[in-house]
Amino acid sequence: MSAQKAIAVTGATTPLPEQQNRSVESTAGFVGKKGNEFFEWFGGLGIFSWKVIKATVTPPYEWRELIRQLDEIGSMSLPLVALAGSAIGVVISMEARYSLSRFGAKSMFPATLVYSVIQVMGPIMTGLIVSGRVGAGIGAELASMKVTEQIDAIEASAINPYRLLAATRILACILVLPLLTLVADACGLLTGWFAQTLVEPLSFHQFIESGFQGATFNAFLPPTFKTAVYGLIIGLIACFQGMRTRGGAEGVGRAATNSVVLASLFVILADVVLVKFILVFFQ
Amino acid sequence: MATAYDNAMMQKGCQKEVGVPVVAVKELCKAFGVHHVLNGISLSVDRGETLAVLGRSGTGKSVLLRIIIGLEAPDSGSVCIQGRNTAGMALDRMGEIRKSMGFLFQHAALYDSLTVAENVAFPLEHHRRDMSREERDERVRQLLAEVGMEGDFGKMPSDISGGMQKRVGLARALALEPEILLLDEPTAGLDPISSGEIDDLILKLQRERQMASIVVTHDLHSAKTISNHLALLDKGNVVIQGKFEDLQKSDIPFVMEFLKQS
Repeated sequence: MSAQKAIAVTGATTPLPEQQNRSVESTAGFVGKKGNEFFEWFGGLGIFSWKVIKATVTPPYEWRELIRQLDEIGSMSLPLVALAGSAIGVVISMEARYSLSRFGAKSMFPATLVYSVIQVMGPIMTGLIVSGRVGAGIGAELASMKVTEQIDAIEASAINPYRLLAATRILACILVLPLLTLVADACGLLTGWFAQTLVEPLSFHQFIESGFQGATFNAFLPPTFKTAVYGLIIGLIACFQGMRTRGGAEGVGRAATNSVVLASLFVILADVVLVKFILVFFQ
Repeated sequence: MATAYDNAMMQKGCQKEVGVPVVAVKELCKAFGVHHVLNGISLSVDRGETLAVLGRSGTGKSVLLRIIIGLEAPDSGSVCIQGRNTAGMALDRMGEIRKSMGFLFQHAALYDSLTVAENVAFPLEHHRRDMSREERDERVRQLLAEVGMEGDFGKMPSDISGGMQKRVGLARALALEPEILLLDEPTAGLDPISSGEIDDLILKLQRERQMASIVVTHDLHSAKTISNHLALLDKGNVVIQGKFEDLQKSDIPFVMEFLKQS
């Protein structure tokens, strides 16, 4: 019985078996295609990472380019990170004061602010700010170089583009992230203290002494240095997305967007793993 | 009838050296998906020779150059550069071979964050670290003077015209004194006067430097001017090779149509 005759006889309005089969097939095809793309992406990232590692450890080293990237990435992000850190400090200060007052634990305010900023908010916020600012910048820059054959020109000049372009940027991100995190933490603590002082006077000396009382290096150093892993993620994903770009201006835009989205996502996922790692091994 | 290239060589008193080809491509095949761009191409170029590779757009001419310089790997076949098979060679091993080659990209591919002088100095900074800064600057000045760009050191690529970008690209390609020069559509997108100037420049450089050159172009007039040997590609195959007179005498329909339309 044909589909049309079946509808006429039965008056059915639900999908018929042929339509259901086609729908299942197209869904399966879509899922299969996306699955393929997912594994291809990770495979490509793995191959890219291996090429970068090989290029990083074999001479000649691109020291001048590394220093240039340290300056560029650090200076690009510093104002934004400082501003964001300051805002976070004020927000935590206001929220902590309100919450602690409800439980009669106002004396815990300095420690709450210090631990919140240094262990949690400072690192993750720095990672997300940098993944947006630097990730997009690196992704767009390398994508633009790719579509205009500049990367091919570098390779044709007998210069390893993985060493000159990718390794330097990734290393710069790894080295700069912890430093930017320290800046964000410092700004957050300063503005947090200031916001508290406006409501209830508290000397800075007293704030620092209370906040860091009983603290050890293990409480603060691992959360700060875990941002080096964020730097690795941001640099690697942004360089990978940029250097595999195709498709002209549209490809450049896509590379910049994907760099930000994927780097931010992986930074958050990495944070989950790293926090557990730190709790197990350092605290 | 002698071409402009042959006349230039005779003026110089050059003798064509016969021996092992500097660049030899044998049975080269390359496909992108189902699209076969090269189907068993075989070509060779000696020192002091210039081979022009002609054909319609999309017939694999640029892919051939990219395979020779190692930016693409062939599916099969061999690419011999100065006697060494480089087909599919790893990036680091290709480095030494690439130092003896210069490549002019179709759109010059200048580094847009560097000035004209910095673009030309780029290969020298990486491969001639024995040169002092003054020596490097002097070499850059000489190269830019050779291509007629001596007054534009500090300009950015976006500040200069397409023809000027090609000149700077050519200066950069010559920075390491290559023995092999690959030119991808050197006159593409240029007006007839600028095209003629680029042709004259290439001819002058060939006369002085005696490089083995491969020029990919669809400009028959340019090919006649700067080369002494031509190869016409169609559908990934070499339809005909030889001097321009051989193409003129050919009765192959594609060759006759190509000459008629050029």
